[in-house]
Amino acid sequence: MAMQASEIEALIKDAFPDAKIIIEDLRGDGDHYACQVVSSAFAGKSRVQQHQMVYKALGGRMGGELHALALQTSAPDA
Amino acid sequence: MLNDTTREQIENDIKSEDVVLYMKGTPVFPQCGFSAAVVGVLTHLGVPFRGINVLEDDGIREGIKTFSDWPTIPQLYVKGEFVGGCDIVREMYETGELTEMFQTRGVDAKPGA
Repeated sequence: MAMQASEIEALIKDAFPDAKIIIEDLRGDGDHYACQVVSSAFAGKSRVQQHQMVYKALGGRMGGELHALALQTSAPDA
Repeated sequence: MLNDTTREQIENDIKSEDVVLYMKGTPVFPQCGFSAAVVGVLTHLGVPFRGINVLEDDGIREGIKTFSDWPTIPQLYVKGEFVGGCDIVREMYETGELTEMFQTRGVDAKPGA
């Protein structure tokens, strides 16, 4: 069970069209990624809410198909 | 799925101590790198906490994810409130927000990084 970086990026881009997304495959096994997402949709949201928004975009794959995603989210600097 | 018994158990557990960490393994023997990372942060800050090993109970392991609408373990609770998983705890630790949050919620914590 693993995911391609491009698949993760596409899912996030779908949910956050303006997002800047950087994805790093930490171990080359398709299961452990680091991901930075910058989107105006996060403005005014807590970190927990921001990450929950990304997990929703991944459609329930987080914790299943995708074992680990070290996530960093932020709104663009105003 | 989260049945009433599991929900009740979780609600009691997260209030059983100021700081509760749902983790894989125990504070002495964490069985997952992410769980170990949060244990390390709490230990470094000198914050006493209760570790709940989700590997011992599948009902809790899945129920806690529904309870907090958070898909992974570890999960940190302070004064009954969900704070975050490994990424958020680590990020808050590095910015000093974690110590600040503990202090504002009346939990003793040494300054962090």
